[in-house]
Amino acid sequence: MTWRSPLALVRDALQGQRARERELRSLVSNLPYEGQEKGKQPNRFFLSNAIKTTKYSLLLFLPMNLYEQFHRLANLYFVGLAILNFIPVVNAFQPEVALIPICVIMLLTALKDGWEDFRRYQSDRKVNNTPCFVYSRREKQYVERRWKDVRVGDFVRVVSNEIVPADLLLLYSSDPNGVCHLETANLDGETNLKQRIVVSGLGAANLGFEPESFNSTVVCERPNSNLNHFKCFVEKPDKDKVGASIESLLLRGCTVRNTNHAVGFVVYAGHETKAMLNNNGSRYKRSKLEQKLNVDVFFCLILLFAMCLIGAFGHYLWLESLPGVPSFLVPDSNGHLDVPSLESFYMFFTMIILLQILIPISLYVSIELVKVGQIFFITNDIDLYDEETDSRVQCRALNITEDLGQIEYVFSDKTGTLTENKMVFRRCSVMGTEYPHKENGKSAFPTSPQQYSSVMPFTVMLKSVGHQQLPRSRWSLEAEDISPPDTQRHGRRRKSKVAANAHSDAAFSSPLETEVIPDQKLLQQISRAESSGGRRDGNRSFDPHLDFFLALAICNTVVVSAENAHRQRLIIKCVSYCSIVTFCYAVTLTQECTSPQSSQMRNPLETFSSLVKKAGAFFQRDKRNRTLSEDPVIDSAKTEDEADANRLRTCSLHAPSQNGSTIVEAEELCYEAESPDEAALVYAARAYGFILLARTPDSVTVRLPSGEDLVFEVLDTLTFDSNRKRMSVLVRHPVTKDYVLYTKGADYSIMELLGTPYAENFSGTEKNIAADTQYHLDCYAKEGLRTLCITKKVVSESTCQSWLGERKRAQAAMECREELIMQTAVQLETNLTLLGATGIEDRLQEKVPDTIVALREAGIHVWVLTGDKPETAVNIGYACRLLEEEDLVINMSCKNKVTCTAILDCTLEEVRRYRDDPRNAGTTQNISLVIDGNTLDMAKSPDLQERFVELTKHCRSVLCCRVTPLQKSAVVKLVREKLKVMTLAVGDGANDVNMIQAADVGIGISGQEGMQAVMASDFAISRFKHLKKLVLVHGHWCYTRLANMIIYFFYKNVAYVNLLFWYQFFCGFTATTMIDYWLMIFFNLFFTSTPPIMFGIFDKDVSVEVLQGVPELYRTGQGKGEYNFLTFWIAILDAFYQSLVCFFIPYLAYQDSDVDLFTFGTPLNTAALFTILLHLGIEIKSWTLVHWIIMLGSVALYFIVTLAYTATCVTCNPPSNPYWILQNQMADPMFYLIVTLCTVVALLPRYTFHVLKNSVAPSPLLQGRQLDR
Amino acid sequence: MGKTKNKSGPLARRPDNSAFKQQRLPAWSPMLTANTVLPFFYLLAVICMLLGVWLLLLVQSTQEIKLDYTDLGNCNECFDLRRNVSNAAQTCSCRVEFSIDKSLKGDVFFYYGLKNFHQNLRRYMDSRDDGQTLGRIKNLKKNPSSYCAPFDKDNDGVPIAPCGAIANSMFNDSFTLNYHLSSSRSVPVPLLRTGLTWYTDKNVKFRNPRADNLTLAEVFEGTRPPLYWQKPVYSLDPHDPNNNGFINEDLIVWMREAAFPNFKKLYGILNRADPIFEKGLPKGNYTIDISYNFPVQHFQGRKGVVLTTLTWFGGQNHFLPIAYLVTSSLILLAAVVLTVAWWKFGKDGKNMKE
Repeated sequence: MTWRSPLALVRDALQGQRARERELRSLVSNLPYEGQEKGKQPNRFFLSNAIKTTKYSLLLFLPMNLYEQFHRLANLYFVGLAILNFIPVVNAFQPEVALIPICVIMLLTALKDGWEDFRRYQSDRKVNNTPCFVYSRREKQYVERRWKDVRVGDFVRVVSNEIVPADLLLLYSSDPNGVCHLETANLDGETNLKQRIVVSGLGAANLGFEPESFNSTVVCERPNSNLNHFKCFVEKPDKDKVGASIESLLLRGCTVRNTNHAVGFVVYAGHETKAMLNNNGSRYKRSKLEQKLNVDVFFCLILLFAMCLIGAFGHYLWLESLPGVPSFLVPDSNGHLDVPSLESFYMFFTMIILLQILIPISLYVSIELVKVGQIFFITNDIDLYDEETDSRVQCRALNITEDLGQIEYVFSDKTGTLTENKMVFRRCSVMGTEYPHKENGKSAFPTSPQQYSSVMPFTVMLKSVGHQQLPRSRWSLEAEDISPPDTQRHGRRRKSKVAANAHSDAAFSSPLETEVIPDQKLLQQISRAESSGGRRDGNRSFDPHLDFFLALAICNTVVVSAENAHRQRLIIKCVSYCSIVTFCYAVTLTQECTSPQSSQMRNPLETFSSLVKKAGAFFQRDKRNRTLSEDPVIDSAKTEDEADANRLRTCSLHAPSQNGSTIVEAEELCYEAESPDEAALVYAARAYGFILLARTPDSVTVRLPSGEDLVFEVLDTLTFDSNRKRMSVLVRHPVTKDYVLYTKGADYSIMELLGTPYAENFSGTEKNIAADTQYHLDCYAKEGLRTLCITKKVVSESTCQSWLGERKRAQAAMECREELIMQTAVQLETNLTLLGATGIEDRLQEKVPDTIVALREAGIHVWVLTGDKPETAVNIGYACRLLEEEDLVINMSCKNKVTCTAILDCTLEEVRRYRDDPRNAGTTQNISLVIDGNTLDMAKSPDLQERFVELTKHCRSVLCCRVTPLQKSAVVKLVREKLKVMTLAVGDGANDVNMIQAADVGIGISGQEGMQAVMASDFAISRFKHLKKLVLVHGHWCYTRLANMIIYFFYKNVAYVNLLFWYQFFCGFTATTMIDYWLMIFFNLFFTSTPPIMFGIFDKDVSVEVLQGVPELYRTGQGKGEYNFLTFWIAILDAFYQSLVCFFIPYLAYQDSDVDLFTFGTPLNTAALFTILLHLGIEIKSWTLVHWIIMLGSVALYFIVTLAYTATCVTCNPPSNPYWILQNQMADPMFYLIVTLCTVVALLPRYTFHVLKNSVAPSPLLQGRQLDR
Repeated sequence: MGKTKNKSGPLARRPDNSAFKQQRLPAWSPMLTANTVLPFFYLLAVICMLLGVWLLLLVQSTQEIKLDYTDLGNCNECFDLRRNVSNAAQTCSCRVEFSIDKSLKGDVFFYYGLKNFHQNLRRYMDSRDDGQTLGRIKNLKKNPSSYCAPFDKDNDGVPIAPCGAIANSMFNDSFTLNYHLSSSRSVPVPLLRTGLTWYTDKNVKFRNPRADNLTLAEVFEGTRPPLYWQKPVYSLDPHDPNNNGFINEDLIVWMREAAFPNFKKLYGILNRADPIFEKGLPKGNYTIDISYNFPVQHFQGRKGVVLTTLTWFGGQNHFLPIAYLVTSSLILLAAVVLTVAWWKFGKDGKNMKE
């Protein structure tokens, strides 16, 4: 290391700082500078790839951890008091001893922090030392380096299944199309493969890549945490700029799949990578209970000050009343006595030290421990475990468990939350004609009970699909395999146990999506179109039915993963799932499928064959010649079955013989879609013979029913966004060479963009397709189907070229790129021609109605916020029992604000009258509100929101339709702030993230739509039904336990401290303690600390069954709940009473006797221990073994420790000397008489009150407990 | 989360279905309602009642004679003499008379009592050196504990033994109890002046410095007695050489600080070896000769003596039996209220129905 002047170092550091903070960064290759000293490196200012997530270093651990801990106010308070103890005039105890409690607490915290940090250090080291390949100029090849050695400007080669070490700009991919597949599961949990494209225009990508020849400058934006955005351009030496976006960025932490190898240029390294910037650690939320608790701590502070003032004032009066200077008044070391006023001033601080534990410092530590325990039990609840995904409930926010017990408003997303988000293509309307797909609808429901029964091996089982009873033989020995995978959900879920692991990796490839049985009529339509198009002229593509399905197949972002070599798990899934999951069959297996070994493989075959039976009948005519094998698949098959087999091969096997395109054939076709709707549509198209074979950034390959493969050139994809609510694909038709824009989207966003009706092209069919389709759409919505409109637009070549140019400029723009891109999209999506509409069913999740009813019974207002149409939403609302038949449903939908105001006022008046009407007092009729997004926006406006909130307060359930993600969160915020209630938001998708973050408790449903909701949530569950137990049982428990524990904690400290306070009246207010200080510390630290924690973790007031069966019990926690002003002050008053009893009974008993100080203190301490523990004993609702052990253990510990301490300590703690005190006392019957009397008298009122209340007016909870018996 | 890594297979993360983890441990959940606890209430009331009655009977059998001699009779003069600190060196003695109407049977304990003397002030209590009284030479001759300040060393810097404010302010009146058999004949009542302390105090906590062939006076050489003391610590008891130094029982008794400003401390126990006093103190006239040294004016205090017999739970203390009786009646009252409540509300469990 060469010596550099400090000045240069400083200059360098400043330069680096500037370079890092600049809006744009210019990066060049490191290679020309390889081997040069650091000062010459162009990219030296940017962080290296080594990461350090540890908070502390070995040397600085102590100071830094202390600094961290002193950020807590409570710790500061205690250290301040300990320091106060070192001031001789005010000290109450031996200063060293006063440090013990705070030291113990801080030591425990430091140990915990240190351990966590060490774990982080270990994982850092492991990550930093992971090998990777970096290009070296010296060796002219990629050499193995560690992750930590990677620097910005390096060229890194990643191979398949390798994890990307840093954020790489993709420059080369072994894929001929310049594509690199990426799995981002590590980052956002989305398991579908994403495509990344090589930065275009950097020379011939396919010829291999020479890092040394890379002499461009990469200009990129400052690092940010947005995973979906990246702006960058590459400036070539000739000043030509090429834009690059997130599409070309390989993110650190992702896994490369399906791509042999790829080379990237390191743009961000280490902590500047997007993955690291997103890694914010766990969330910290302050619960409502804790906020209330802080108020009460403040009350305690006031109480403490009052008591200290009394002490100081009393001391002053006492000193003043002395006639002379008695021998018991000890002067300071100079033989000098202070004046009473100064003495009493000092005494104030001494009193603070003496009575400090009135502020329950250990409460904070105890609460943390209790929450750890509660979370342990929540995550270990087997009822909240989902077998299908093998996932438990996750508690991501560690400190708001008790908020779950106070929920008053639940805001729920619909899709994926209430529903499965496993879309099934249900109906469609093409050119104004409805195709109901009746068979499809029926197969979705269980047909006969026999399917529930597991069938013995080697028996024949009947399976019904689409009215067809077709015999199948079974060879499988596994019970799970026996139930048909596609007939009913129950069976499917059981089956999935086997494949749970595999399933969790699958994106949207569940069996439901694929079970599309083509509509006979529509098939005929297509065949007609097909045959008429057999002439292979341009005419054919004009048939709207064909176009419709082409649009379904093309207009999406579904990724076809054809290769299985790199994704082993998909094969496992395909095999073990035994289902029609992925449409993947091997050639050889079709021939062997009658043999027992391959019986598993038969399932998909059979299932699929039955599904496509009808289609097969049609295809049979001209496709027979394409089959490779003439062997019948199933011996006992009828002709239809044979046809199925043929059809099967038709779909999967004939391709290799046809063309040598880029697609890897005869293996698997796995569709991986970002949204399940898309997958459903693609599967639907496939059912009609339009098979999406491959998708690259530039092309889409579709196989037509005729078996012909068409490769469409994709010119651009206008991706979906929630503002436009549609997506489009601009392709060039390979046959007609037309530029065609296929758009699909929500009906209301499409309908207004329609141009001339398509039907006009057809002479004689003068029907208004738009109107008919709209009618069908409304029908779909009423059935609760999700609707999409499919449109097409033929764009002239000139328009297309000019638009593409504009588009390119927009994509390369560094500023307001998003807006520009959006503008261009809107520009093109006009004058669309309606092809048809689809209705997709999104089935309700298991037990959703049950859960919603339970929540409503629990007094929770349930809001469902959905982007669906009102009709769809209302239908789902009834289905999930959000709305009941007898409910009064108010429908609000208005166009402008004036009507909105009027309606709102009227409704409010109506509702008030309804509420005030005595006739309705006893009815259970609820008011529900259905409101749409526009109206909601108006109602949310500042002048109306009061009235709106007032209205919603009366509504048990509210259904908001057509709302945007932003509106969702705005509604949550509005309710939360205006009504001051505890809100819970539950959702599963990225569009729910705002809402989840806005609510007090955010719950993410892990499952179909990636992990963004889960990442933002406080709790993550896997099914909506889990919400019931999570909220009603665990929420209730956590809240009750914690609330009672906190109240008890306050009580405990006040009761104990007051003992000391009463004594001050007898010792001239000089802060004398009648209990040895060590024993006082032990009392709080050991003898009485575990029982409340145990109480907070284990106590169970009402059993699970009752809490779930009687959701009304949940209401006890809502609003003010059990921890409120009254309960707090009752506890404090009780503490005062008990301390009075525990002090004055011994006082009166020992009055005028020869009792000495500690002998007097011992029965006091013991009585306090029994009182405090038995007080808890009254509060404990159920005594398990743990309770007994801890309670009895605490008592035993008290006696053992005190006896040992008083027996051994002759002069160990001067000047206090408790030697042989307890032993002596325990030999004195008086001790037992006093302790018994104190305990009985102290607890008598509380006990009697409890019994009286329980007998005369039992609380709902008690009645609930009674039910348990 | 993720803790159960040892498991593998498809259900690897499935939680254990154990009673503990699923919070299904068998539990006893008592219902605090009238029907279940009423027997307990009545039982408790009866127990307290019986205990109260028994204790009351016991207390009634004890006898106690209290005598405040602060300015009684000719002690008045001594009281006035002690008002002035400068007269501390002057001796003063006085005599008080009293009579016992009913003989005190059994062991009779002789206490002196102080009122309004705060032995329980924090700094006063701290002002002692247990190391010194344990007989540690270092604490004795070199440096008494700093807690003793300003009574650790005298003005010449010589350590004080025993140091500290407690020892310094030791009660130093002495008493001689006389029994007047007749108007002319009186016998001194023999008092045991040892055995007043806890065994552990006398044998563990307080010990004289080890004296190898040295007399006690030689051991304490190089120390000064506390400021207010007239006699050094090694000659506190002129009658019993084994009761001197730190193990002097009066000192030990005094060093055990009283919990309250009004307290009594054991001075002696009646020696029942004498046939006259075999059964205790007979009835008759008694006098106490008091060597009146301890000033009480500075704190408005009173001094007195107490003669009492004891039961197994202490002296004549009416509080505990009465407290037990009161508690018993309170519990009974609560029980009656609960019975009424049970009769009206919970008898047939109608409140318990959903």
